[in-house]
Parts: sequence; C-alpha cells; structure tokens
Amino acid sequence: MKIDKQSGPADGDADGASRITFRLDPASGVPTYLQLVHQVEQALRLGYLAQGDQLPRVKDVVGSLAINPNTVLKAYRELEHRGIAAGRPGLGTFVQAESATVPLAELNGLRKSLLSWLRSADSAGLDTDGMSALFASALRDFHERRVATGAPRGARERGPGEVGRTA
Amino acid sequence: MNVIEAAGLGRRFWKTWAVRDCALAIPAGRVAALTGPNGAGKTTLMHMAVGLIAPTEGRVTVLGGQSAGSPEALKRVAFVAQDVPLYKHLPVEDMVRVARTLNGGHWDQRRADKRLATLEVPLRRKIGKLSRGQQAQVALTIALARRPEFLILDEPLAPLDPLARHEFLASVMEAVAEDGTSVLFSSHVIAELERVADYLIVLAGGHVQVAGDVETLLAGHQILTGPAGAAVVVGTEFDVVHAQQGLAQAHLLARRRTAAAQPPAGWQAHPVTLEELMLGYLREPGAYALPGPEPAVIS
Repeated sequence: MKIDKQSGPADGDADGASRITFRLDPASGVPTYLQLVHQVEQALRLGYLAQGDQLPRVKDVVGSLAINPNTVLKAYRELEHRGIAAGRPGLGTFVQAESATVPLAELNGLRKSLLSWLRSADSAGLDTDGMSALFASALRDFHERRVATGAPRGARERGPGEVGRTA
Repeated sequence: MNVIEAAGLGRRFWKTWAVRDCALAIPAGRVAALTGPNGAGKTTLMHMAVGLIAPTEGRVTVLGGQSAGSPEALKRVAFVAQDVPLYKHLPVEDMVRVARTLNGGHWDQRRADKRLATLEVPLRRKIGKLSRGQQAQVALTIALARRPEFLILDEPLAPLDPLARHEFLASVMEAVAEDGTSVLFSSHVIAELERVADYLIVLAGGHVQVAGDVETLLAGHQILTGPAGAAVVVGTEFDVVHAQQGLAQAHLLARRRTAAAQPPAGWQAHPVTLEELMLGYLREPGAYALPGPEPAVIS
C-alpha cells in the first residue's frame, strides 16, 4: 500500500530538498492536480528543472501542501502521459523531457527586453489587459506566419513557452 | 475492501433517533469526509463505527467485515475523539508512555518520537499547557504510533487556527502517503475538506444524503443557468436537486442521469464546486445522491 516508495527503510534520511516546490491557488478554479502539472511545465520552461531532475517526493508535497497523496500521483501520472516525466520504480519521478534549452542568462536577457517593451506600452497608455491582448495577438500572428512559411521551429509544440525563442 | 459498511444502522437516544436507516460502504484507501449540519448524527455514527456505543438497530462493520469495537477491529482502527482525550496534567512524554503501555506491543515508538521531534513539541511540558494545535498533534501522534489501517477523526480541525489546521492535515496526509492509511474525518470546513477528501458523505437528520467518490459526484452534477418559471423541468436528462430562482433567471443544481446528458436549448451548463454541491443538498433534505445498484432516487 506504500505510495512513496522512495522513502527507504530509514524513512526520510534524505534531506528531501527538491529543485522546485509547489504552491496552490485555491481561487484559480483549476483542479489541484493540473496546477501541479502546470507548475512543472513552467519550471521546465524557465530552466528551474532540467532533464533527469527528480520531482518533489509525494510525501514532501503532501506534507507541505496538505493535499491528498492521490492528487500528487494523478499529477505525476499526467506528466508521464504528456511525456514530461517518468517514474522509476522505487526511486521516484524524474524529468524526462528536454527543458527549455535556452540558458538562464539568455532567458534573463529576453525578460529584460520584454520588460522594456512593457514600460513603453505603459507610457503609451496601455493597461495590463491591453498589453496581454496585444501580446496574445502578436503571438498568434507569429505562430501563423511560422506555420505558413514552414519555418523549422514550427515543428515543435510548446505553446506560449516558446515566446522567448527568437529566430 | 470497505473500511466501513453499515446497513439499516440506527441509534436512538431516548425518543430521538440520532442516526436512522443508515447504509454506507466506504472503500479502503480513501480520505473520506463526513459532513452535515450540527446534530446530523456524525459523532454518533463514528462512535458506533469504533464500538463506543452500540447501535439500536442494524449493523456496522469495519475493515472488511470486522465487527465494530471487536478486539481485532480495535487493533487496526485508531480514533481521535472531538474533545482530544488526553490527560491534561501529564507531561507529553508521560502521556505517550501511558498510551504505549495501554496499547501493549502494538506501538511504533520511533514514529512517535520522530513526529514529536519534527513538530518541536516540548516533551516535559504538561499537555494542558500546550497550544490547541500541539494538543491535537499529540493526540494524532498517539493514534499514528499504533500504525492504524483506518484512522477516524471527529472534528479534528474545529478548535485549530489556520496554520495548525494546515499542519494537522499535512500530518494526516503524510501518514496516508507513507502507509496507505484510510481516513474518515468529520468537518464543517469546506476549504480544507476540498483539499484532502476524495470521498464525501453528507449526513442530514440522521440519514445519509450524499455518499460517493468526489470526482464522480462533481462530474455527475452541473449548474444549469436559464430562464426562470418553467425552470424546474429541464428535460429528461437531469434531476434538479436545488433551484435558485430570480424573476427572470434561475440557477439549478442538477444531477445528470447519464454521462452524456446535455442541457436543453437556451440553458448553459457550468461545472459545480464541492461547496455548491454540498450546500445544494443540505438545502434540500429530501434529495439524495447515493451509489448502489439502483439509480439514485430524488424526491
């Protein structure tokens, strides 16, 4: 009946430190397991997680968020189903998918240029909703054009996480 | 295996039935929440399940047919009562020693020590001088040191502040992750209940009103929004549990008769939250959502 197989006989001998921790937004209306799935995907995009990293142990997630262990298992199953993670019997669940491959420094650079864009949008009088709408529509155009021209990047499906990639 | 099975279960105190005609089958491996208004019979039901009181009629068994309160059942079930039954004048370490003695060889001292150390409970302090949260944690530690297969908690969260609630639930969930312990807890606190429960029982007026897997219950119900007036009949594909009517518009808590049930033209369907579902049923004591071979009956 043991769910957390990786907690060995010495039971919590490892310091349990994990590369990421989860948080929950009860007001989001998104089911708890999906929130965990999204956070792993997001961490992967932002480079906090890389291939081969272990996801937080079920017992640790449950101990910090006070949620049902089955919810965590469901999230990890979903990540396996999406090809992002893989369970290793007796060890835990590990990241399988390749991460963003954009190094953190480059991501930070992209973030900076995005921030300067936001500042100019702000001084032009655009509010947050307006910026989001403009960004979303530009992103859509970008995607469509890429698909139309058959550019190589179009082969990958990553959605909005691809933003940072400049051709 | 079912951790609790009850059939025709009833208990009368003087002339009043606290629980009546109660039928239940809670599967093992679940975190089941028992909720319902004050006086609905939650505590009476739990007390019968652990053998503290005898049923007036009917029968209740635990862990696959063990008679409630039998020595075999008591070995495998742990119960923490509402008033946290601890000797207030005893220091924590003595309380734990007493519990260990009372439980004979059936005791995991390492687990108790480790839990108390992690929680930083001062072992020399008298129980009565601990915070409510720490008292609850000591009671839980004693219950978990018995490595129960089935843990029953009566209103464990009620006296606790938000942080203590979170920590208490986290401790319970860790035990579930470690040992696969089945849990039944009673609570009014919907937010916490939503976080942990995967099985829900709503008790009202001594009867089981709703019982079932949380995901199945949520998928089986929708909020239908449409014109008021002819609202209460929404075709043959839904049963209306509760109707909230304005002059022009109505919101219905509706149960789908089949998984494919579609709202009639002019109506919008929205997913239902656990809170809406519970409140809808509590407002309609005549409505039932029960599993079983027969389709649920709605009055």
